[in-house]
Amino acid sequence: MENEKKSFFGRLKEGLSKTRDNIVNGIDSVFNGASEIDADFYEELEENLIMGDIGVNATDSIIERLKAAVKEKHVKEPSACRQLLIDGIREQMQVGETAYDFEQKQSVILVIGVNGVGKTTSVGKLAGKLKDQGRKVILAAADTFRAAAGEQLTEWANRAGVEIIGGAEGSDPASVIYDAVNAAKARKADVLLCDTAGRLHNKKNLMDELKKMNRIIEQEFPNAHRENLIVLDGTTGQNALQQAREFGEVTNLTGIILTKMDGTAKGGIAVAIQSELHVPVKYIGVGEQIEDLQKFDPDQFVNALFDIEDGTEENI
Amino acid sequence: MAFESLTDKLQNVFKNLRGKGRLTEADVKAALKEVKMALLEADVNFKVVKQFVKAVEERAVGADVMNGLNPGQMVIKIVNEEMVSLMGSETTEIQFQPGKSITVIMMCGLQGAGKTTTAAKIAGKLKQKGKKSLLVACDVYRPAAIKQLQVNGEKQDVEVFSMGDQISPVDIAKAAFAHAEKNGHNVVILDTAGRLHIDEDMMKELAQIKDAVTVHQTLLVVDAMTGQDAVNVAKEFDEKVGLDGVVLSKMDGDSRGGAALSIKAVTGKPILYIGMGEKLSELEQFYPDRMASRILGMGDVLSLIDKAQANLDIDEDKSKEMASRMKKGAFDFDDYLESMKQMKKMGGLSSILGMMPGMGAKMGDIESMVDDKKLARMEAIVLSMTPAERKNPKLLNPSRKNRIARGCGQDISQVNRFVKQFEQSQKMMKQMPGMMGGKKGRGMFGGMGGGKFPF
Ligand SMILES: Nc1nc2c(ncn2[C@@H]2O[C@H](COP(=O)(O)OP(=O)(O)O)[C@@H](O)[C@H]2O)c(=O)[nH]1
Ligand SMILES: [Mg+2]
Repeated sequence: MENEKKSFFGRLKEGLSKTRDNIVNGIDSVFNGASEIDADFYEELEENLIMGDIGVNATDSIIERLKAAVKEKHVKEPSACRQLLIDGIREQMQVGETAYDFEQKQSVILVIGVNGVGKTTSVGKLAGKLKDQGRKVILAAADTFRAAAGEQLTEWANRAGVEIIGGAEGSDPASVIYDAVNAAKARKADVLLCDTAGRLHNKKNLMDELKKMNRIIEQEFPNAHRENLIVLDGTTGQNALQQAREFGEVTNLTGIILTKMDGTAKGGIAVAIQSELHVPVKYIGVGEQIEDLQKFDPDQFVNALFDIEDGTEENI
Repeated sequence: MAFESLTDKLQNVFKNLRGKGRLTEADVKAALKEVKMALLEADVNFKVVKQFVKAVEERAVGADVMNGLNPGQMVIKIVNEEMVSLMGSETTEIQFQPGKSITVIMMCGLQGAGKTTTAAKIAGKLKQKGKKSLLVACDVYRPAAIKQLQVNGEKQDVEVFSMGDQISPVDIAKAAFAHAEKNGHNVVILDTAGRLHIDEDMMKELAQIKDAVTVHQTLLVVDAMTGQDAVNVAKEFDEKVGLDGVVLSKMDGDSRGGAALSIKAVTGKPILYIGMGEKLSELEQFYPDRMASRILGMGDVLSLIDKAQANLDIDEDKSKEMASRMKKGAFDFDDYLESMKQMKKMGGLSSILGMMPGMGAKMGDIESMVDDKKLARMEAIVLSMTPAERKNPKLLNPSRKNRIARGCGQDISQVNRFVKQFEQSQKMMKQMPGMMGGKKGRGMFGGMGGGKFPF
């Protein structure tokens, strides 16, 4: 019995390392390796997309669309198929012209997401970016739950050289938001950036708390331009779609900050989110330093998704 | 939701297959195609899924279909068993050094995985076991990381050792060990900074800590929501640092947690704990079987399998006999009572139907047709019959039926309808030998998944 189990495990592990060695990474190997557009070809393509965390459903619909385009345009060569696929996803991931309007307006940005995805860090980085553009920024430290969250954001405020409004650990985050909104109005800040506590989207009380914060901003600062940015960890799998869905129920999501894109994860779930919920990725996080936040570039994203070496020089 | 459609899909795949004694290659392939989708949706790594499915296929083809299950459920049963055995057949615990020796635990993982919180949770758990832990702040990089550990240590009433953020983590670890020796701690828990598995310098730092102090348990903390990349992360940490165990964090979310299977498959290291919340008490033991059913997303089918197993183990002989009687059309009212008894053991009809793949949507109809209350009324009718009537349904003439109606306090029309339905079912059973009597005698519930219920 014991031996049988071991050999099952052994076989599995062996198979894994074999597959790892055999498969040249990247989609170009699929395109260059295949001699015709057949079932095998699409299967390999599918494998590539799923390995990038795009998910079964979104992958299916991408492949279906690709098949339709191949048929319509009478494409015969696998390599010609490549551009079709890339263009399709890139097209879909376009950010939209008004996406960064908040940079020019008096705005309140609420940064939300589950625990540990990089909200505080992203707030710090974004503050630095806006400050560099000459905007007057105030941070609201509305994570009053996690140990030392306030200290963490204070450090970022110092790094960015911006003001911070906080509250004691355990205090009501909505009252921190209230104070910060009024401070932003009184001091004529351009942008109020609100860091919030990490909360799992399936916890009703915490989502209600978020709703309350959102309502306070609406009531206290109705004229401000609003952004609700959800921070998603690029290494997260299919659950990120559920996160976006649930946070979107509570606030009107205007964009995604996709973090930890300096690792080896592809962040493909953002494609699924874009196609189902139409929320665009606006920024990607590429490290722990203040400059490690970039505006989202669909070309780079697609290249990284497929491990395409050429194309843009910028390294993600 | 995802899994309703999975059970439904499986149901569709198997609607034409019943009463087979063995799983054919076609059965297995069809079922595993759906299983594969479910695993991918759960974030199990693509390559792990492929290998896993292949290995299961080898085991499943030709396997006997167990009493009380249809081929689809049988495949799921095998999938589940293999998953449980792959994830470690039983729960594992942290190994401590003997006697007064200090056990050194090092936490490691990606940024934001939950290392600091988990370190404090473990310290609290060990305190309950009478251990004296020292939490050590080796994250000198992230702003306020030290403070976070200090606050958590205070909450747990566990001492925190820190030297600020200007000393190297290697030196901090060394000093902490000396401190622990002097002060009678028997556990040292090193909280390290989050790092990317491809960050060579930072990975080296962990190896250097291990060179400087003897680390007995290197624990990788992984977010349960991790996607396809979990294999790369786990593999790199295991190769470059060396892992002894894994902690899955954020399991109080609604992710399916397929990363657990991926990580186990590439490292072979046991999963020790799961994080179930932000509070420092929320750390639980890991149970492979629960994890398997969560990943598979078919807890409903799995509990049906369990129940079928429990009942049919006991009642196998009886069901065999009953099945052969059904086949001959000799099914009488005693058999009816017996089958009702079996069904009750399985949690009542609506509970069984609710667990059947494909029944979700049709529940309403079926329930109104054969709800548990109605069954109780039917049972009352049978109980008002004499033993001779039960053995020989043909005896039932109008005057006997009237007596029975009075006996059970029901209308004669209800008794008539029931007897008629019973006769029809008897005929149906004769016509469907495949359904009722595979060569192993599959009992009342064999192949019942299609929703064709004799009553
Ligand atoms: N490598 C990398 N780490 C990041 C990035 N963004 C945040 N982090 C790290 O992720 C961890 C959690 O970040 P934090 O901002 O505290 O997350 P929060 O709980 O959502 O506020 C910290 O260690 C950060 O340094 C990123 O883009 N890349
Ligand atoms: Mg934070």
